[in-house]
Amino acid sequence: MGNVIKVDMADLKLCKSPDSITTLGLGSCVGIAIRDPVTKVGGLAHIMLPDSTQIRNTSNIAKFADTGITELVRIIVAAGGSRSRLVAKIAGGAQMFTFQNQKSEMIRVGERNVEATKAKLRQLRIPVLAEDTGLNYGRTVIFFPETGDFVIKSVGKPQKTI
Amino acid sequence: MAKFDLDSVDGVYYDVLKEIGNIGAGNAATALAQMLGTKVDMKVPKVELLDFGKVGAAMGGEEQIMAGVYLAVEGDITGSIMFLLEENSARVLVSRLMGMPFAPDAPFGEMEKSALNEIGNIITGSYLSSLSSLTNLTILATVPDLSIDMAAAILSVPAIEFGAVGDKILLIQTAFSDDVELNGYFILVPDLKSYDTLLTSLGL
Repeated sequence: MGNVIKVDMADLKLCKSPDSITTLGLGSCVGIAIRDPVTKVGGLAHIMLPDSTQIRNTSNIAKFADTGITELVRIIVAAGGSRSRLVAKIAGGAQMFTFQNQKSEMIRVGERNVEATKAKLRQLRIPVLAEDTGLNYGRTVIFFPETGDFVIKSVGKPQKTI
Repeated sequence: MAKFDLDSVDGVYYDVLKEIGNIGAGNAATALAQMLGTKVDMKVPKVELLDFGKVGAAMGGEEQIMAGVYLAVEGDITGSIMFLLEENSARVLVSRLMGMPFAPDAPFGEMEKSALNEIGNIITGSYLSSLSSLTNLTILATVPDLSIDMAAAILSVPAIEFGAVGDKILLIQTAFSDDVELNGYFILVPDLKSYDTLLTSLGL
């Protein structure tokens, strides 16, 4: 049994087997788990916003889907992951609140985070093996680079592994 | 007029934001007392500017179950406001309001959710109306929506709004009590332009 590494909101970290890596209570944010199945080197990013080019203050690159995924891939490859073998699983991007009108762009941010995440992974040619996204509830996730298991826990719902 | 920057909140701005929090929460306590038909005491609110990563922990952990009511704000200032209650506080309030026995483990049904939505509506409404009379600005709120979930998941919504402009979130923590202590939190998210409007209207 390895250690459990914790990733905060707008944060990303590296994780090697036998350790596992977690982020608690993903809401509209998206958790992106990437690993190399051969060297078992992986990592997890917890992004908040879809696109760094739309925002003035971009000092924290882990906050955005585009820059966050690029950085996560960079640190995994630097730690011995093979760029061409990388695979991803994603979770989160819920819509926690509903409004009839108003501010639809901000309210739809979960959906936009998921879209931007997939677009970036497609651009980097990293296949998305599984996802648990959307709907209206929060998710705690734990990723195991050893097996590639991505465990998802929600309030009042059975735990699942994708 | 100073251009407002959330990452450099200090001194007089901080005091003003704190005072707004104080007065708003005081009004909200009065509204709560009228709703429950009892006397409600309130502790001096704690106003903190926190990093995203620390907000969940400040509320008793990222996975602490909370009831969150969220409204968009329109008028002279735009943005949103959220009121959060710890799960246990939410249950106490609902049982008082509906005159039902306190049920610690029962799931929240439609009736309970509707009561919580109304509690949130009244509390945020009184908060905003005190802000409005303090500043002489027109501040309107949209219909609220409720979510009962992990603190971090609920907080991701205002955090994302703050996230567009900075890496911190302004949290106003209030403890109400009659015979039990109820922990509530306000998160006011004006857009940056509205911060200037707010502070200018107060003569700063």
